[in-house]
Amino acid sequence: MINPLQMLGQRALDSLARLGRSALFSVRVAASVGPALMRPGLILSQIYSVGVLSLPIIVVAGLFVGMVLGLQGYTTLVDFGAEESLGSAVALTLVRELGPVVTGLLYAGRAGSALTAEIGLMKATEQLSGMEMMAVDPHRRVMAPRFLAGWLAMPLLACIFTAVGILGGYFIGVGLLGVDDGAFWSQMQASVDLREDVINGVLVKSIAFGLVANVIAIFEGNDAVPTSEGVSRATTRSVVNTSLAILGLDFVLTALMFGDL
Amino acid sequence: MNQLDSTILIRVRDLHFTRGDRVIFSGVDLDIPAGGVTAILGPSGTGKTTLLRLIGGQLLPDRGTIEVDGINVHQLRTAGLYALRKRMGMLFQSGALFTDLTVFENVAFPLHEHTDLPESVIHALVLLKLQAVGLRGAREMMPSELSGGMARRVALARAIALDPDMVMYDEPFAGQDPISMGVLVSLIRRLNDAMGLTSIIVTHDVPEACAIADNIYLVSGGRVVEGGTPTALAASESAWVRQFMDGLADGPVPFHYPARDYRADMLGIETG
Repeated sequence: MINPLQMLGQRALDSLARLGRSALFSVRVAASVGPALMRPGLILSQIYSVGVLSLPIIVVAGLFVGMVLGLQGYTTLVDFGAEESLGSAVALTLVRELGPVVTGLLYAGRAGSALTAEIGLMKATEQLSGMEMMAVDPHRRVMAPRFLAGWLAMPLLACIFTAVGILGGYFIGVGLLGVDDGAFWSQMQASVDLREDVINGVLVKSIAFGLVANVIAIFEGNDAVPTSEGVSRATTRSVVNTSLAILGLDFVLTALMFGDL
Repeated sequence: MNQLDSTILIRVRDLHFTRGDRVIFSGVDLDIPAGGVTAILGPSGTGKTTLLRLIGGQLLPDRGTIEVDGINVHQLRTAGLYALRKRMGMLFQSGALFTDLTVFENVAFPLHEHTDLPESVIHALVLLKLQAVGLRGAREMMPSELSGGMARRVALARAIALDPDMVMYDEPFAGQDPISMGVLVSLIRRLNDAMGLTSIIVTHDVPEACAIADNIYLVSGGRVVEGGTPTALAASESAWVRQFMDGLADGPVPFHYPARDYRADMLGIETG
């Protein structure tokens, strides 16, 4: 009788301890951001590995998501004779929601998992310990540049995803299904507001998701049990937690931004 | 007494350390003289690596003090600790080379991080260190292309890159073929004497340790069991020392892990 109860308590305590560790870790990384900014070379090479190397998946996924939106939007709108609104439907969906959210989820799978595995393996192979013994702070040398690079890369990736998605919708809507070219763009221009939709939607959301995704990915790597099993668990946890956090946060942000519209 | 004091580089007093419920050290006292090679021997799982991490300030003891060159390691703040670590080199069992950097970049890493030397000077220094471990020709290789022995030698070159006062070796001989082992044994001794280092070797390889160490401490059960020169230990009468030094299967350290009565266990009889 007491055992399941004990297990539950243990789990709760473990989760709380992890939460505490992640908070402490975030503070240490945040404190290392300043010194890390002094060495842009380190950040640039990380932007290449988390940002540039994520481009193919972002572009391909953006294109397909946009094409699907074009197709689905058209079949719904054409019943009401409102297919000219396709441009604004595709753009608003992407700019407000799918752009940042899908980018965040893809980022967690492509770059976040790599970050976690890399840092976890550095820990397992004593590279982080070795760095400490060489009087080099891994928070400054390893964590902070990766965090900054990922945080910077996310909004850029989200913008690229959104732009490519809109093009995908355009190819299907205008190129294939015969929506009027001028109407597609002018409707989009009329309904998408720079501050309300673009800045609030793509930018603010992707900056928030980038913060969460990179903190989780780097924390999980640093917190991994230094064995192969530990690193694999940490990688899974990183992707799952990031995805859930992004979806949850998206709801909160959407409610705050568009709740009273 | 004072003169003796000045030659002690590391002084460990009444060291207590537990990990979870497991007691690793309960009252360890050690003196590591400057300029010599000191081996810390003990069975696997006695916390020898933990001792090096405690000396390096990566772990905090529950009780007791560790002084390196008169400085209490665990009372230092981060900046002081990092300054002290620049005077310590550490060779990890796995080598701990950065897998995304070449051999050259690995050895240059501490120099790049801690000095503002021009690139040409760093280049020369790295080649010097690599020459000392015999791997100048391997500078363009990646760590994944190195054999275990080579990786350890590169790590050694990196550990001495900043010309430290002391080098700590964590199981340097574990899993080495006889040739790499011989290379490492002579390298540790030669570097120690040529660079005026203090070397601490943590290991369970008795013959290698006896071959190069000036002093040996035997650690078991959280305490120092015996200490002295290799010859003194070879002549020791203690049953435990004999078992360990001669590699006997049974003795004070029993062959069997503590278990229930054998007969009862086999017959599946429940005993309290």
